[in-house]
Amino acid sequence: MIIELGHYALVLALATAIVLSVLPVIGARRGDAALMSVATTGTMAQFALVVFSFGVLAYAYLVSDFSVNNVWQNSHSLMPTVYRFAAVWGNHEGSMMLWLLILSLFSMMVAYFGGNLPARLKANVLAVQGWIASAFMLFILLTSNPFARLTPVPAEGQDLNPILQDAGLAVHPPLLYLGYVGFSVCFSFAIAALLDGRIDAAWARWVRPWTLAAWTFLTAGIAMGSYWAYYELGWGGWWFWDPVENASFMPWLAGTALLHSALVMEKREALKIWTVLLAILTFSLSLLGTFLVRSGVLTSVHAFATDPSRGIFILGILTIFIGGALTLFAIRAPLLKAGGLFAPISREGALVLNNLILTVSAATVLIGTLYPLLLETLTGDKISVGAPFFNLTFGLLMSPLLVAVPFGPLLAWKRGDLLGAMQRLYVAAGLALMLALGLYYVENGGPVLAVFGLAAGLFVIFGSLTDLWYRAGFNKLSFAIAMRRLAGLPRSAFGTALAHMGLGVTVLGIVAVTTFETETVVEMKPGMTAEAGGYTLTFDGLRQAAGPNYTEDRGHFMLRKGEVDKGEVWSSKRLYTARRMPTTEAGIRSFGMSQLYVSLGDPMGDGGIVVRIWWKPYILLIWFGALIMMAGGFVSLSDRRLRVGAPRRAKAVAAPALEAAE
Amino acid sequence: MTRKQKRLAVIAGGMSFIIAAVLLVMFAFGQAVAYFYVPGDLATANVPPGTRIRLGGLVETGSVTRGEGSTVTFTVTDTIGTVPVTYTGILPDLFREGQGVVAEGAFVAGSPVFVADTVLAKHDETYMPKDVADRLKAQGVELSGKETVK
Repeated sequence: MIIELGHYALVLALATAIVLSVLPVIGARRGDAALMSVATTGTMAQFALVVFSFGVLAYAYLVSDFSVNNVWQNSHSLMPTVYRFAAVWGNHEGSMMLWLLILSLFSMMVAYFGGNLPARLKANVLAVQGWIASAFMLFILLTSNPFARLTPVPAEGQDLNPILQDAGLAVHPPLLYLGYVGFSVCFSFAIAALLDGRIDAAWARWVRPWTLAAWTFLTAGIAMGSYWAYYELGWGGWWFWDPVENASFMPWLAGTALLHSALVMEKREALKIWTVLLAILTFSLSLLGTFLVRSGVLTSVHAFATDPSRGIFILGILTIFIGGALTLFAIRAPLLKAGGLFAPISREGALVLNNLILTVSAATVLIGTLYPLLLETLTGDKISVGAPFFNLTFGLLMSPLLVAVPFGPLLAWKRGDLLGAMQRLYVAAGLALMLALGLYYVENGGPVLAVFGLAAGLFVIFGSLTDLWYRAGFNKLSFAIAMRRLAGLPRSAFGTALAHMGLGVTVLGIVAVTTFETETVVEMKPGMTAEAGGYTLTFDGLRQAAGPNYTEDRGHFMLRKGEVDKGEVWSSKRLYTARRMPTTEAGIRSFGMSQLYVSLGDPMGDGGIVVRIWWKPYILLIWFGALIMMAGGFVSLSDRRLRVGAPRRAKAVAAPALEAAE
Repeated sequence: MTRKQKRLAVIAGGMSFIIAAVLLVMFAFGQAVAYFYVPGDLATANVPPGTRIRLGGLVETGSVTRGEGSTVTFTVTDTIGTVPVTYTGILPDLFREGQGVVAEGAFVAGSPVFVADTVLAKHDETYMPKDVADRLKAQGVELSGKETVK
């Protein structure tokens, strides 16, 4: 009974969303306050219904109600509670429900925090959110109903894909969706502005916090997914340029560009049309990602469904929303008043460069991801575009950005002083180069080009510190006064510095691990030793063990560095009994920011086993950098200028205050 | 510089970056893209040694032999042709005889053996690389087990 209530709530939510899609728009046209207010109440009602519906599905998973087909296919009563809960979105239907839940959550937050928005804008934004929600609810109800029942009721579930049975599943999809779907708000704001035919700096100020929030979560989601793949798949890689990864990375690149262009629009009233276009494109890439992952055109661990009707449905949604939005843009954009011109050497000039590089790089990722699909459709030729393509194009195109990042914040708005910025960055650049050379010498090895990569990462880190240094006035004021000024800087200044620093740390990690990592594949028998990264591993033999729904062979390794005992590593091969599916559980030990990664291969006939050992120097910096970027996002978000409640007043007060601080 | 010249300079700079990107992408497509073949294609396709390709098919039953250290040799078949493959490293968890596989690598001059540096059989126990499944179905091969991802 409760299951049917959940289903019914979803149908009601669809009805609400349809009302929400129509009435507020009419209200905004006619200036009818009553119709416009439907947006807020409708959004709240829709959110409540979706939460209830999602809750019912989660309940079915928690109590292992195998009369629900979806639960039967993807759960098992012996799984630990946290996996049973996370299994809700570890399948196609449930993950679409999570998508919808997060979309409704964002709509609700716009309705709740948007008290200060002009009534027409708010009504239009919520209505556009309603269009998206309607489309996805129709999709769920018509093609992917998670509440379908099963008779007779099976006694036991078919278990979740073992690769997904991990704490990562509880965290990665919600974070990723908070990012990807969060960009829907930017999209809705863009469409609302186009419908209204009006756009100004205040618009950018309202959009920025949503962009920032979505960007921060997306950063977290991508980093989390990368770490998960790294430790779970046992291949020792952390990024595969897999189409599914690209699907989440493209909105990130476009979102990063949007974050920066909205800044120009907010401060200088320039780049208006471009920012609107970018807001549309960012969410379009999110939708494209959903299509690629959910339609079954790709086969990967993320592609749960290969039902063609689903693919066509999502393609329809994609066409209507992207096509419709771009058509509206083409009609309305010329009506928007273009912003002012500016000098190429200036803060806004630097931000344009940022946008140019980010969007072109995102375009190359898009081409590399879609080209094989296109070619196969057109000619039937099957090709694979993999890491070599992306490393070459994306890597090369992004590298000028790394050099440019520290300059941006040091240039003034309107007219910047490039020579002055260079003088301020001498120290950072010198330090970066010296440290990079030092690191290269200590780790002895790798191509000389790597020095530049390391230096670029370090330069971005030191550059962001330089920015704070000069803003606080450490160069000309006494230490005490500068410290006080530092504490008084707007939080957004720290946010920028942290986000840039995080980027530098991630780049440093990527270059360092790619350059200095070592890999050994050896056959080992008990008592034999192997070397990696200065550590000696002694294989101690295999032990049998059993978990709740699997059995495993655990390899035990003793670790030493020289004569010093460094503990042990366990690395295992599991067999999940319900699906008869083997998985590799890598043994990972962290030493500072570096890791030793041990993966078991096949047993040989003579009692030995193939062991793959990686030494991954500084690899944790990759994700540590992402954490710093996220921290930057949250710090910026807490800046009172961006607080959604107070955009109007802050506009008058904060703008001169900031100019004074520079 | 006048305003107009400045503007032109900015546009020219932007355009040249975009053109560089387009050239780079075209270059990379020529260099870093691997075509997919099944063994039956290779008789007519004439793949020069050293060219990176992806070879897909089924691992022939009884063909997997372990050599020195972690070197493995096996035969990939699509029932029309067969290709011997050698690979050094750890095979994926789901690599099994009679199952679908994609090996990435190149032929070495003067030898019929395909030297793979990557072997994929990934993610799911019922996974059949899509390319392999399509081609085998087109050739009328009965696939063992379910061939789609759940």
